[in-house]
Amino acid sequence: MNYQFDFAFLAERWPDFVAGAWLTIQLTVASIALGLVVGTICALARVYGGPWLRRPVGAYVELIRNTPLLVQIFIVYFGLSSLGLKLSAEVSAVIALVVNGGAYTTEIMRAGIQSIQRTQLEAADCLGLTRLQTILHVVLLPAMERVYPALTSQFVLLMLASSITSQISTEELTATANLVQSDTYRSFEVYIIVAVVYLGLSALYRFAFWLIGLVLFERKRRLGTAL
Amino acid sequence: MIQLNANHFLYLLQAATWTLLLSLIAFVGGSIVGLAIALLRVSKSAVLRGVASGYIQLIQGTPLLILLFLSYFGLGIAGYKLVPIVAAGLSLTLYAAAFLGEIWRGCIESVPRTQWEASDCLGLNRFQQYAYVVLPQAVRLAIPPTVGFMVQIVKNTSLASVIGFVELARAGQIVNNSTFEPFTIFVVVAAIYFAMCYPLSLAARALERKAHVGR
Repeated sequence: MNYQFDFAFLAERWPDFVAGAWLTIQLTVASIALGLVVGTICALARVYGGPWLRRPVGAYVELIRNTPLLVQIFIVYFGLSSLGLKLSAEVSAVIALVVNGGAYTTEIMRAGIQSIQRTQLEAADCLGLTRLQTILHVVLLPAMERVYPALTSQFVLLMLASSITSQISTEELTATANLVQSDTYRSFEVYIIVAVVYLGLSALYRFAFWLIGLVLFERKRRLGTAL
Repeated sequence: MIQLNANHFLYLLQAATWTLLLSLIAFVGGSIVGLAIALLRVSKSAVLRGVASGYIQLIQGTPLLILLFLSYFGLGIAGYKLVPIVAAGLSLTLYAAAFLGEIWRGCIESVPRTQWEASDCLGLNRFQQYAYVVLPQAVRLAIPPTVGFMVQIVKNTSLASVIGFVELARAGQIVNNSTFEPFTIFVVVAAIYFAMCYPLSLAARALERKAHVGR
């Protein structure tokens, strides 16, 4: 290959990449946090809810997990606006990512919640914990600890998937790359740079989740063993 | 403005066959490369294991979209202009290989050690061990998650639309450009994807249940 790599445009355009990466971080942190809330509530509904709760949640999970994120983003952004609900690209992106991430999180958290034995709930009852205390301390935290590696992977995948929101003109990292390459015609270099930035972000997110895990799971921090 | 009519739906269904074709290319290509990756991952040489794991980390740490842009626009500007279907097939192959490689590594490693030792004792060489002892057992474990991953492949072919390959998602955009009824069109597009993916999801779950019966 006799292609001359030329990264000179970086001297001028690096603030664009930083801004794009920052928006990616903002969008995905919001989506991950909200997606975790949605997923946890849906998982509780799927395990402990009656059939009138389990079925709609099951349908939501199946519908989302069997259709592409790209089409979901189009439905939220173009579809809803044609129905009269106009949302900005950023808000649409977060909504689509939350709805999408929530469905995957539901399945992961459901597996965790189902791994909590009945005897744990009975013991919590005997200790006189309220229903909320039981769910919080006896069900959710240990459930989350069990599925934490899967959650981490899912959230990193969600961060990478946020690149798809560039298709509705959200000015995040991938959209920035598209913009810079159309100005400079240096598409090979631009996408290599962005790939490296995404790799760095993946590592950063994994590290952050590891830290959060240390804070969240006291038992694990003290003993260092799997639950 | 053109009214949405039956021809549009036929067009979408036609485009769905391209989605299926691209999925097939990605799955076949991804399986071949993925098997190589899986075998490298369990190889005796630390260097080969490192190469395979580096590959997996690299692909799983970057968005598929960037991979697509690199193979279409990037290689194009570097003098290797690929037509969209080749660029999409290439990126999806590389992507699928990383995930399938990791899935299959797990399956190979979960074949009990004693099987390796027994086949050692019988004097089988490395190739015979894989071909007659390990892989047949690993394949049984591998089928449910592989079918599950096929759903991901079908869904991710939608990204090929961004490099101008006219599959289902791109066809939806094209129809939308002439009729401007995005909600109806993209719900229909989503429904067609669902019709392709849901049977695979159900099959994956049924196979998984069957695989667990034996334990």
